[in-house]
Amino acid sequence: MSVATRYEVVVGLEVHAQVLTESKMFCGCSTDYLTAPPNANTCPVCLGLPGSLPVINRRAVEATIRTALALNCEIPEFSKFDRKNYFYPDLPKGYQISQYDLPFSRHGHLDFDVKGEPHRCGITRVHLEEDTGKLLHEGAIHESQASLVNFNRAGVPLMEIVSEPDLRSADEAREYVMRLRAILQYIGVNNGDMESGQLRCDANVSLRPAGQSELGTKVEIKNMNSFRAIHRAIEYEVERQTEVLDGGGRLTQETRGWNDARGLTISQRTKEFAEDYRYFPEPDLPPLDVSRMWVDEIRASLPELPAARRERFITTYGLTPYDASLLTSTRPMAQFFEETVRLGAPAKTSANWILGDFSRLLNADLREIQDASVKPAHLQELIALIDSGVISGKMAKQTFEAMYRASDPAPALAEAKGLSQISGDAELAGLVDQVIAENAKSVADFKAGKAQALKFLIGQAMKLSKGRANPQRLDALLREKIS
Amino acid sequence: MRLFQRTIRDLHQMLIDREISSVELTESVMDQIQNVGDRTKAYLLVTNELALRQARAADDRLRSKRDVRPLTGIPIALKDVLCVKDVASTAGSKILKGFTPPYSATVVERLEAEGAVFLGKTNCDEFAMGSSNENSGYWPVHNPWALDRVPGGSSGGSAAAVASGEAICALGSDTGGSIRQPAALTGIVGFKPTYGRVSRYGLIAFASSLDQIGPMTRDVADSAVLLQAIAGHDPRDSTSSSNPVPDYLASLREGVKGMRLGVPKEYFVAGMEPAVEQSIRDAIRLLEQQGAAIEEVSLPHSDVALPAYYIIAPAEASSNLARYDGTRYGFQAGGGHNLIEEYMATRQQGFGAEVKRRIMLGTYALSSGYYDAYYLQAQKVRTLIIEDFQQAFTKVDALLGATSPTVAFPLGAKTQDPVAMYLNDIITIPANLGNVCGISVPCGLADGLPIGLQVIAPGFREDTALRVAYAFETATEFHKASSPLMGAAA
Repeated sequence: MSVATRYEVVVGLEVHAQVLTESKMFCGCSTDYLTAPPNANTCPVCLGLPGSLPVINRRAVEATIRTALALNCEIPEFSKFDRKNYFYPDLPKGYQISQYDLPFSRHGHLDFDVKGEPHRCGITRVHLEEDTGKLLHEGAIHESQASLVNFNRAGVPLMEIVSEPDLRSADEAREYVMRLRAILQYIGVNNGDMESGQLRCDANVSLRPAGQSELGTKVEIKNMNSFRAIHRAIEYEVERQTEVLDGGGRLTQETRGWNDARGLTISQRTKEFAEDYRYFPEPDLPPLDVSRMWVDEIRASLPELPAARRERFITTYGLTPYDASLLTSTRPMAQFFEETVRLGAPAKTSANWILGDFSRLLNADLREIQDASVKPAHLQELIALIDSGVISGKMAKQTFEAMYRASDPAPALAEAKGLSQISGDAELAGLVDQVIAENAKSVADFKAGKAQALKFLIGQAMKLSKGRANPQRLDALLREKIS
Repeated sequence: MRLFQRTIRDLHQMLIDREISSVELTESVMDQIQNVGDRTKAYLLVTNELALRQARAADDRLRSKRDVRPLTGIPIALKDVLCVKDVASTAGSKILKGFTPPYSATVVERLEAEGAVFLGKTNCDEFAMGSSNENSGYWPVHNPWALDRVPGGSSGGSAAAVASGEAICALGSDTGGSIRQPAALTGIVGFKPTYGRVSRYGLIAFASSLDQIGPMTRDVADSAVLLQAIAGHDPRDSTSSSNPVPDYLASLREGVKGMRLGVPKEYFVAGMEPAVEQSIRDAIRLLEQQGAAIEEVSLPHSDVALPAYYIIAPAEASSNLARYDGTRYGFQAGGGHNLIEEYMATRQQGFGAEVKRRIMLGTYALSSGYYDAYYLQAQKVRTLIIEDFQQAFTKVDALLGATSPTVAFPLGAKTQDPVAMYLNDIITIPANLGNVCGISVPCGLADGLPIGLQVIAPGFREDTALRVAYAFETATEFHKASSPLMGAAA
């Protein structure tokens, strides 16, 4: 795009990620708000009834610190919660317990790639707050006679991950969020589901003339519910702002909502009406001393993160950086790959299958690898069949798709094997004779009563047949011939 | 002596001796409510049935000598800011009209476990904001000593109930003096424990960093008994302390001999009534005669406590009261054409003038651009006040002063002048800001109106405050004087 030459695109992202805890941020209610009946998971605390008081969920704090450490943040020893005051029917207390000037972490960074090129984006802070309830309008919001509130989501722990304005394109923004999502999944704090809102993203987008250091007027974009939406919305916004600037106009600092169906952003509110949230320290919660011992414990419990795993995939398995990036983009995919290799499949072939046919099928169905019926053992076996020449590459592709479509991949795999299996006694007789001739000692051992020796002989015959011989028939024929 | 005139300890003895039953006792208090309630207006709600049910249960417990505790069968009044499951709890506000909480405050649960009998919910200034009880969203309370005068506030209903025999004891809440000042003005003992000593869970919040629940009783030993029952850590209140709770009765009688007691010179404020000052000076002399070493001390930042308080408390209140928007419980105005109109109508009609004034004060103090100059500055002042106390308590064991600069004033005398009203709390506010405890004990009468001596002790030294107050009380007869409504102790 020629825009890039005239204007520099500046993007900063605010990602909200629900924390996967059993209970809510400040009470014992279940965090299940997606399947529970409306307002079933509520209590005086999350309903903000008079006199109720919050109690901090230590696990949510731990998950936030875990996230911050995975994003290379500093963890101050002293932190506190603050109240963010505003009126809205989905906010039962009239304020949200959040963090203002002393969040759990700051000054981190996230590394990611765009088309194999390494990038780094600064992380301003990761803080913890409580989610709001959800409003349900009868029909369209402006015509609705009544609105209903479901407070099951109120008080669910929510992390806010704020980036520095270091991103320079829609591509970078999308890759940043993909990598961030992978990390959150890797460390088990969030399931990465954008559609249901468990992971949400807002973008601050501005343009400035190339070479200028001062930032331009920023526009906040909300309501982007997929990676594709993030990319499209930012692209759209860059184009829109470029047109305004090129036309000699001035941009307004405002919040705009992304309309995915129409493919455009719509102004929601301008800076003049911006709320004054009157932040002040939450008096119901004492400040927190975050002990170094606790931080060290959390750090020690972190799993291998995507960046480290990517490096290891390159050095240990000889993968290309590109393949290694893709394979480590989600933890389940990386684990699938490693398990397949561990079972004996060659790394490069495994990677090709996972990133090729397998991903194509998964993407078409909008499924995740961990939900597929094909497991690493199935893939390894299929690869072994190809490598031993039992089936052709073309046949393997058909077999894989059949395995993928079936709820149980085993029959499809067996069929592939069966199609090329040698079961005829006439054909097998030659093999059996050859094995007996070449392994006199084992034949003698078997005669002497060593049952183990027969297994060895069957193995030798399988090897000679490149795995195609029917082992049950081999067993029978060998016994017959030797005795 | 009639049953409703007695102390917790007297009655406890009579109950365990089976001399009386809790039902008889409860009926005696209920009769007194019936007889004088329309003159004091102390209660917003009398829970007759609940009380008799609890009294019968207490009698079962007493009969079977099963788990009998100091408050088993004792009738108690609860300030309306305390949530009681399935009992209307309005904090004296119209905006909570019709609200019945589905849960009880921790202190209420503890009293239930003790086997106490709940008489009802006492009147108070709306959301505990006031010093005369005239800010009640329902009706003002009248002082049992002189019905044309205020009982003080905000726990004016609890104070009037205890002073008129309409309760044996009561719970109040104290954010800037709301237990101690009405106790002083009605001639009873009122104790504000250290912040964190008593759980605030289920206390309808005014200012979260200052609110504290405490006992209002006929004498100091009763105060110790009641505090014992409600004090201690509560996992539902993160600001409650896990400091161990001592046996308050154990050290009560140790006297003041050898104690060092400080008299802050700043506490003899301008505008203090001469009779009050005289009475306090006499009380100090008496404690000296009891063997205490008296020393003048200085709490140099006392003069800025009041302004700091009137930033911090309204700031927290403006946020705490945001939840009353009419959408989920309590009063809803109706008739708004949209959300904002509906919010505005509900809050305009539901809140009284003083509450609105404080919401505006607090909102202003927290607003962007003013936060540093007001809220932050007030917090710095609060730190100085905490340090003042810490400094003073390196030299002395406890501090002495008046509770209120004046005796009870006539109803309506200060309603048009908020600042004059705020000045009532000038000597009580520092204890709230300073995280210390303070007790008010009767120390005389001026023209037939009670005066209170305030004893302030360091944080979590409730035992010290009680010990000094008890030494004073046992050396005097002031606590035995009772209001005309209570009747002669014949």
